[in-house]
Amino acid sequence: MPALNSIYGLFLDPDAAERGMNALRAAGVAPENILVMSAQPFDDYSFTHAGRKTVMPWLATLGGLVGGTCGFLLARYTQVAYPSITGGMPLVSPWPTAIVTYELTMFGAVMTTVITLLITARLGRRRPAPYDPEISNGKILIGALDPSDAERADLERRLLSAGAERVKST
Amino acid sequence: MPAKTPEQINEDLLRPLGGASARYLTALAFFAGIVIAAFCAFGWQVYAGIGVAGIRRPVFWGFYITNFVFWIGLSHAGTLISAILRLANATWRRPVTRCAEVITVFALSIGATFPVIHLGKPWLAFWLFPYPSERGLWPNIRSPLLWDFFAINTYLLGSVTFLLLPMIPDMALIRDRATGLRKKIYSVAALGWRGTPKQWHRLESAMQIMAIAVIPVAVSVHSIVSWDFAMAPVPMWHSTIFAPYFVAGAIFSGIAALIIAMALLRKFLHLEEYLLRVHFENLGKLLLVMSLLWFYFVFAERLTAWYGNEPSEMTVFWVTQTGSYSPLFWLMVFCNFVVPFPILAIKKLRTITGTVIASIGVVIGMWLERFLIIVPSLSHKYLPYSWGTYRPTWVELTITAGTFAAMAMLYMLFAKTVPIISIWELKAKEHPTSDHAPALAQTAEEGAD
Repeated sequence: MPALNSIYGLFLDPDAAERGMNALRAAGVAPENILVMSAQPFDDYSFTHAGRKTVMPWLATLGGLVGGTCGFLLARYTQVAYPSITGGMPLVSPWPTAIVTYELTMFGAVMTTVITLLITARLGRRRPAPYDPEISNGKILIGALDPSDAERADLERRLLSAGAERVKST
Repeated sequence: MPAKTPEQINEDLLRPLGGASARYLTALAFFAGIVIAAFCAFGWQVYAGIGVAGIRRPVFWGFYITNFVFWIGLSHAGTLISAILRLANATWRRPVTRCAEVITVFALSIGATFPVIHLGKPWLAFWLFPYPSERGLWPNIRSPLLWDFFAINTYLLGSVTFLLLPMIPDMALIRDRATGLRKKIYSVAALGWRGTPKQWHRLESAMQIMAIAVIPVAVSVHSIVSWDFAMAPVPMWHSTIFAPYFVAGAIFSGIAALIIAMALLRKFLHLEEYLLRVHFENLGKLLLVMSLLWFYFVFAERLTAWYGNEPSEMTVFWVTQTGSYSPLFWLMVFCNFVVPFPILAIKKLRTITGTVIASIGVVIGMWLERFLIIVPSLSHKYLPYSWGTYRPTWVELTITAGTFAAMAMLYMLFAKTVPIISIWELKAKEHPTSDHAPALAQTAEEGAD
């Protein structure tokens, strides 16, 4: 499977991983073919800066609007469908309607956030992908996807000279 | 203390997940026994009817609704506090957040069962839900009880996801170390997490959005719970102060519950190097602020009622100040203010033991507060001929005890299944480079008990 064809180095510290990343860039590996994995987010390092842009906040807002609209319509329809005057309030009372609308706005925003996370972070996918369990012990994986046989030796040398503790091929 | 390596952190925080000691199993069996007894009591109530409980005219809301308000309030321990600390970027929060978020999910789930228990005919609980029945009947959306349905479900969804999302990387960590069936289970729970930058960015974005969304939801939940009371023209209930008063009380009891849970985890899971004195001290300071705020609200409420001098309100006022409910009222003041204030205000006393003693007082005091809001008002409504008393029966007492046991049992089971401290969040401040100070070691030195 092409996704499993990779060469990567395991780095002990983020500074070395940064050097490994620069080495791969210098070797001409396309950004979309560079593999990075870690057991913690290293936000201060450039090797984690790929894929930062996200529309998640906008989608959450949209989800909130949809949820709020549904809440308003539900509250309104409920009061009209079974017209019962309560406490001298108008049939479609603004306060209860606002409360239900508000709660379902938040419900929509939360649901959309979770769904967006699952989809955009590609969680729950069953397709095999390169991975090394040593990441769990704090190692940082920097590597290249689909390298040609000719490139492998050069990439291995570059990763090792950048400070990789070990280089693996799949 | 030297900075811990990622392997050491893994080792320390995954250790509680392996095996169960005889002491653990005995405690679990003890709590499970009480929970089973509570289920039996509930079964008897379903079989024999709601009459086996002590609620009767005029007090139709007794222990069950007291417990409902108490547990929903306690649920503010986690998600709300965790979200505020996360948005404030308080780094000391990292070992605390998951302990807190778990309390929210379990307390909220337990609290949400009480309206159903209270119904007497729990099989008709679905009548509360807004759905188009064949009779054309819809629940009355002007009733605050229906607002609870929306608010609690939204908060439960938010809290569960707020707890589960940051657990995904830790599930992957356990998956990588587990074998056999455990590996399969944790593989499913890890959702294929690999720790790519994109996954980290998305997770952090999601947590940020959730933190922003969940704070107003948490405030709305307990406001709405307070409006269950404040929307009714019952003496001492119909008050504009109720919503903020309830929210403050909820945060107050929530912090207390969190401190107790952290102290137990620290002792029994040997997390002394992670749950430090500085965490208890910081939470103790928050508890002190909430204790003062609680006292302010009680004073403001009482003062306003006293100056109003409205006969029905004054009846309830005096029955709690000097009458039959006064021992409970003054015990509440003692537990919520007299005990915690000096302990938490004096730095020397604000130790781990001190904050735990104060917290136990607050949890007891806040339960009493919920009881004193509900029962004296209902038993002394406007016309003296309708006055009455309330005494809980063994059924209510057993179910109440069962909920506390259920909380302990669920928490124990959770701590055996998932790292109770978020491992990746703890490591995230441990970048072992010259540019990044070993914060854990630094905090440990500052906060060593």
